[in-house]
Amino acid sequence: MRRNVLLWGCAVGVAAAVVGCATAPTDVEISRHAAAVLKDSFKANGQAGLDRLDQDETQRLCTQYANKPLPKDVAGMIEQLNLASIKWPADGKWQGDWKNGERIAQEGRGKQFSDDPRGPVGGNCYACHQLAPQEVSYGTIGPSLYRFGKLRGDNDETRKYAYGKIWNADAYSACSNMPRFGHSQILSEQQIRDLVALLTDPASPVNQ
Amino acid sequence: MPVMTRRAAIAAAIAIIGAAATVTFAQSSAVDEIAKYRAALQDGNPAELWEARGEDMWKSPRGPKNASFASCDLGLGPGVVKGAYAQLPKYFADADRVMDLETRLVHCMVTQQGFTQADAAKTPFGGPGVKSDIEALVAYVTAQSRGVKMNVALDHPKEKEAFALGEKMFVFRGGTHDFSCATCHAEDGKRIRLQDLPNLMTVAGAQRAYTTWPAYRVSQGELRTFQWRLFDCFRQQRFPELIFTSDASIALTMYLARNANGAAFDAPAIKR
Repeated sequence: MRRNVLLWGCAVGVAAAVVGCATAPTDVEISRHAAAVLKDSFKANGQAGLDRLDQDETQRLCTQYANKPLPKDVAGMIEQLNLASIKWPADGKWQGDWKNGERIAQEGRGKQFSDDPRGPVGGNCYACHQLAPQEVSYGTIGPSLYRFGKLRGDNDETRKYAYGKIWNADAYSACSNMPRFGHSQILSEQQIRDLVALLTDPASPVNQ
Repeated sequence: MPVMTRRAAIAAAIAIIGAAATVTFAQSSAVDEIAKYRAALQDGNPAELWEARGEDMWKSPRGPKNASFASCDLGLGPGVVKGAYAQLPKYFADADRVMDLETRLVHCMVTQQGFTQADAAKTPFGGPGVKSDIEALVAYVTAQSRGVKMNVALDHPKEKEAFALGEKMFVFRGGTHDFSCATCHAEDGKRIRLQDLPNLMTVAGAQRAYTTWPAYRVSQGELRTFQWRLFDCFRQQRFPELIFTSDASIALTMYLARNANGAAFDAPAIKR
């Protein structure tokens, strides 16, 4: 089960400390080894299976470049890949009900192994963003979205951008901290429409 | 402070935080109130109860072999507890493995006290109606390093390996939400809701965070270990369940503990 492959194998033995290791593991080797050790260090629990440790291309590249600047061509490739995956609403309706949107933005449950797999599943937007000014308990990992619609305009372009960004944030900003809510099947099309309404509807508290 | 007074202080503090959560407070004032709440908590730490239970356990004969921890070597010699935690994790030749405190305690329970591996690691975390021996032992042992400077070595090749793996795991993105440890812990001054997040990629951030675990969590009424901290972070990352004392848990602990080197250890602490 446990992989006891020693990365610094060549350093074990006599002259290690003095001459060092002629063949220190490369960055790629360490990454591969880390992914394998991770796989052995978790167990499936409820809805969270071990397949959650299988990285897709976006996760793999964003991990690879986590500690160094993301090259422009790689960023472009990631954004293109993710933009192509967005499923736009068939009826061209971007906007739902901001009141439902507010509930979805507040809801932190969903997809954790401790959560009921039957739901609810929320966006937990307030964990990272300021939205309606009445909610003072908001996080700061993402930018403030207070007055999002007011600042960007009450039009289809704004609504389409908001829909796409929530569906797949990496389509607009490679290796974003924001989950790909539609792409990764966290939120439904209707839930995303409701969040678009929270952001863009002139009646939403976000735009007061 | 006697336990009853301490409880009263905590109850009063909880009332303060409840008030702070209402929308009538501006956010800056809510943050001030939380700071006051945290200060009030420092008055008395129920972790002492876990420390006392752990000390009893450390000194009493246990298990099928009826042995105490007197010959358990935490890295500074058999039975030596003072300052041991500040040098963990480290490589142990007798197990040919890098071990953190929890892993070493389980190792001693198995090799010296005669427990099976499964029995020794059965209850890593306490909960309603369930007490964890591990959490009590960790409270006792870590308290004996209070004030000692963190001094984790990267001498043995396996120690170097654990650190390098932990460094990579810290930025590993996965799960439904694409989260890695770095999603929340790689920038200064960020919050989730109103909870401040340490930037664990800076020395100062790693030092402040690592030296204040384990901690008594008021919201849970439990003393929580560093193994628990990692387990619960990964739960919130939407990862599967981190296996207690797994290689990944030790590698991540090695990465963070080593980065905390030079800071005085200051736990068991108390957190909201």
